[in-house]
Amino acid sequence: MIDISKLTIISAREALRKGEFTSRELTQMCLDAIKEKDREIHAFLEVFDDALDQADKAQINLPLGGIPIAIKDNILFKNHKVSAGSKILENYTATYDSTVVKKLQEAGAIIIGRTNCDEFAMGSSTENSAFGPTKNPIDTTRVPGGSSGGSAAAVASGMVLVALGSDTGGSIRQPAAFTGIVGMKPTYGRVSRSGLIAMASSLDQIGPLAKTAEDAELLYDVIKGKDPMDSTTIGEDTYKVRKNTKTIGVPRDFFSDSLDKKVLENFENSLEQFKKLGYKIKDIKLPHLKYSLAVYYILVPAEVSSNLARFDGVKYGFHAEGGENSIDDYFKTRGLGFGREVRRRIILGTYVLSSGYYDAYYGQAQSMKSAITKELRDAFNPSADGVDFILTPTTPTPAFKFGEKSDPLSMYLADIFTVPANISGCPSISIPSGFVGKLPLGILLTADMGNESVLFEASKDFETIAN
Amino acid sequence: MNKEEVLKLAKLARVGISNEEAETLSHEFDAILGYVSEIKNAKLEARSKKLEPVLVNVMREDVNPHESGVFTEDLLNEVPNREGSYVKVKKIL
Repeated sequence: MIDISKLTIISAREALRKGEFTSRELTQMCLDAIKEKDREIHAFLEVFDDALDQADKAQINLPLGGIPIAIKDNILFKNHKVSAGSKILENYTATYDSTVVKKLQEAGAIIIGRTNCDEFAMGSSTENSAFGPTKNPIDTTRVPGGSSGGSAAAVASGMVLVALGSDTGGSIRQPAAFTGIVGMKPTYGRVSRSGLIAMASSLDQIGPLAKTAEDAELLYDVIKGKDPMDSTTIGEDTYKVRKNTKTIGVPRDFFSDSLDKKVLENFENSLEQFKKLGYKIKDIKLPHLKYSLAVYYILVPAEVSSNLARFDGVKYGFHAEGGENSIDDYFKTRGLGFGREVRRRIILGTYVLSSGYYDAYYGQAQSMKSAITKELRDAFNPSADGVDFILTPTTPTPAFKFGEKSDPLSMYLADIFTVPANISGCPSISIPSGFVGKLPLGILLTADMGNESVLFEASKDFETIAN
Repeated sequence: MNKEEVLKLAKLARVGISNEEAETLSHEFDAILGYVSEIKNAKLEARSKKLEPVLVNVMREDVNPHESGVFTEDLLNEVPNREGSYVKVKKIL
């Protein structure tokens, strides 16, 4: 029997084309692995019953021909359930395909199931899923990270070859680091969000989770592109792509005291590896970067309070009965249908947008967002002797235990390094960089807008040494 | 922030919460707002130099409409309470 945990898209594709196994056999192997492992891990909310039918129809000459893939439970796949990890959408069936699903299907992929996540992608541990948390396959007493924790756990435990997640503040990259895999958030606008259940539309991006940078790149190449259904999408030529990228900037002032000593040690080690590969390391100062998380926790609740106004128990999803009138039902539906973190963000968002506070919070956060974006883009500016990448650890600590971060603010701080890429819109990738004991760590490479290709090149370079 | 303010915000946001949750939230909001308020006092050196926006609003041409009614049944199937082709709600007036 073939071990899914050792298969990459590249190796599986080769085996499929050589006829070593069929697409149906490969899909069946994934289904068997899910059956065996997922009782404990709980990475999947549902395995689609048409997976084998899809496999029978797969054309293996296509880029993802015959490759089983999991999608996060906030990505719409027509006639299949999608719940965003929420009770309010528990029995909702997608009425159309998201653009990324269409692109996956055109590329020949088999969409095998939907993975668990924090409710509406709000969280860093999957503990906020209405359907129970996912466990970290490396250590089941610990969280897999989040919000795309189900996608990360599914790939890391060898239930599926690759998966899609979404990343608003680190929701692809942080779980990738916690489970020892690769996760990438593209430039804002590179991947269409049509059919992604929105959390914070000015920050949300869909991206790949994979075992290698090469697989992540392959999946990214399939899903990217301009889409008339998402007016924020951009073309290939919107940003300038640079070549011969070998200069890494390290913003040490940004490393707070909360950074775990072992994580810092691993980071220094990774820098040495890059030096050996011929990369130049430069210390840089980014004084506004430390405000990214504060900006995030103003803008996100604000957008959440607006985006989630559509869940009213009238048009779709859960409807609470027993109210005296329509407005009563409305309050009940939202009070019972949304989980605690979602209620918290909706109410906080209502506050920061309310008259009298709007300028102090939302207005100020927007100004700071511009300042952070400008600061980062200046740091990358080639005509001002800028760097090609910024390198930091992905997370301040390795995967934490369930229940360890029970107050919301301490959970929010888990995203300190990943959030700046969302605030600025820059592409950013987390790649495995070693272990503390058996717990995996990741390093985070962030590049200028539109420069995913340089992220993948550097990641592949790093993998040659790390392996 | 006190409990009453949280209850008022919850009402504005159309989310039914208990008094107990409002009490807890008031303390959590104090902590979160305390943290995010750091940007109020931040020096915004770069702010004076306004960033030239790369992304601009794009409007799609209103063309190629789909055939009327092709999505109606799919969409109505997701409605919690329907009557024929109508969405059913409790009496409002």
